[in-house]
Amino acid sequence: MPLPSVLGSEIEYGITVQGDPDFDPISSCVLLVNAYQDNEEARILWDYEQENPLADARGFHVEGEKYTPNQQENIARNKTLRNGARFYVDHAHPEYSTPEVTNVRDLIAYERAGERTMEAARRAAPALLPSGQTVLIHKNNSDRKGNSYGNHENYLIERCTPFREIVEHMTPFLITRNVFCGAGKAGSENRAQPCEYQISQRADFFETEVALDTMVKRPIINTRDEPHADREKYRRFHVIIGDSNLSEVSTYLRVGVTAIVLGLVEDGAIPKSLSVNDPVKVVKEVSHDLACKRQYALERGGRMTAVEIQKEYLENALRYFSSRSLDPITKDVLARWERVLGQLAEDPFQLDREVDWVIKHKLISSYMQRHKVDWHHPQVHMLDLQYHDIRPDKGLYYVLERRGEVDRIVDPDAIERAVRTPPSDTRAYFRGECIRRYPDEVFGVNWDSISFNVGDEPIKRILMNEPLKGTRAHVEELLDASPTARVLVRNLTAS
Amino acid sequence: MADQTQKTKQGGGDAGSATSSDAGGQKKLAKKGEELKEEMDNLIDEIDEVLEANAEEFVKNYVQRGGE
Repeated sequence: MPLPSVLGSEIEYGITVQGDPDFDPISSCVLLVNAYQDNEEARILWDYEQENPLADARGFHVEGEKYTPNQQENIARNKTLRNGARFYVDHAHPEYSTPEVTNVRDLIAYERAGERTMEAARRAAPALLPSGQTVLIHKNNSDRKGNSYGNHENYLIERCTPFREIVEHMTPFLITRNVFCGAGKAGSENRAQPCEYQISQRADFFETEVALDTMVKRPIINTRDEPHADREKYRRFHVIIGDSNLSEVSTYLRVGVTAIVLGLVEDGAIPKSLSVNDPVKVVKEVSHDLACKRQYALERGGRMTAVEIQKEYLENALRYFSSRSLDPITKDVLARWERVLGQLAEDPFQLDREVDWVIKHKLISSYMQRHKVDWHHPQVHMLDLQYHDIRPDKGLYYVLERRGEVDRIVDPDAIERAVRTPPSDTRAYFRGECIRRYPDEVFGVNWDSISFNVGDEPIKRILMNEPLKGTRAHVEELLDASPTARVLVRNLTAS
Repeated sequence: MADQTQKTKQGGGDAGSATSSDAGGQKKLAKKGEELKEEMDNLIDEIDEVLEANAEEFVKNYVQRGGE
């Protein structure tokens, strides 16, 4: 398979309530998720029976308890939306999982639709709150006090790719890619080396190379083996080391390039390993090296900078694609990756319209210059935080975007459409359309199933093991011919 | 292309015109610099307007639970 064809992301947001001395994040999240008006009639369960987060890609199951809430709690914490996304409470954070998409441009549109969904819920929340309280939400990954929350990327790949090859080739790639997709952070935490500013929000939190954990001792390579699809055929490569980006260009490169490199690994197109000594240490050093000039020792001998390591992946990709046809998006991602790496090698600070950590650094530096303050000033920490605020009038990234100070990838209309409609080319189409057409008959949902309550009959569960089936082309006619879910189920079982 | 322009200038132009064109270039550059500074001032003004007023307290109270 030349490229992973199914992608998605799961983003946890920071939440706080101003004016609430007894702020409780979990009840605030429940309130937020229930404030969002997507589909009044729908009372849909998240189908936990289909989940298995304790299966490990190295071939074993980890002991532990699976989380299964009761029905009422389940509905209160989970909303599956008409666009095929999941908006829900995960531990103490509101989370938005995009529907399955087939390319990085759609991924950006749905990820940003998630920002708008969070903001719409936030605006609706005061009706459920005592007066004087305001919910604030940040698309960031740390509170700068040692607590981190994630942005997880998902790439569907072929099961036959050996996991050890994924570990070998993806580790050096993932620990160096922050040079173009770090979201920037003033200071350090979690007992890391002190600094004024660093490239990544998350680097301080990665403590081990390969493991199943996500909440403690976070690994560079996560081994969760839960494909949400036919397990015989697929793996879902779950990347937990990324920052949540505001910049569309950083997301474009983070996800677009990662998909390309995974495609190379699947096809055995990386001839020489780029493994570095002590990757856990390197991920932090890369984050602290704003000039991107530091060199790291490779296991094969010699030393390279993070940008040089990325350039070798790029050269492998260019060679691989030189004899293959390229779709326009992949072609554009490759060109942008090449140009950005060139600029990073020259002077990273030129990328102040494209790369998140540079955009934020420029904003803070200009502010410090005007107000004669240094990196330790509370206002600098406020800028660092408010850059990620999702209120369109207050979020500093949005201020820059409105003023035309940053580059865009996706048309704002495409984002607006993504809020309400599912992608047409994955099974998310079937999921989203069923929720739109038969809201009171959908009983439960998971990524790879949907079940219907069609009156006095037992619950009917439809399995969707193939993420590229259930598209508009496959099912629109069938849906049009089914005025109710009862008829839909009959039509499906008859065929 | 840049090289050709350079050569023509060295060959045909007199010292006077070269100086005035350099000065023009510098003026342009200075103007561009001023514009950039003004834009930046403008931006920081807007940031000052929207930045949370009680920064110290806000940042201190911003505590999240670990997630994922």
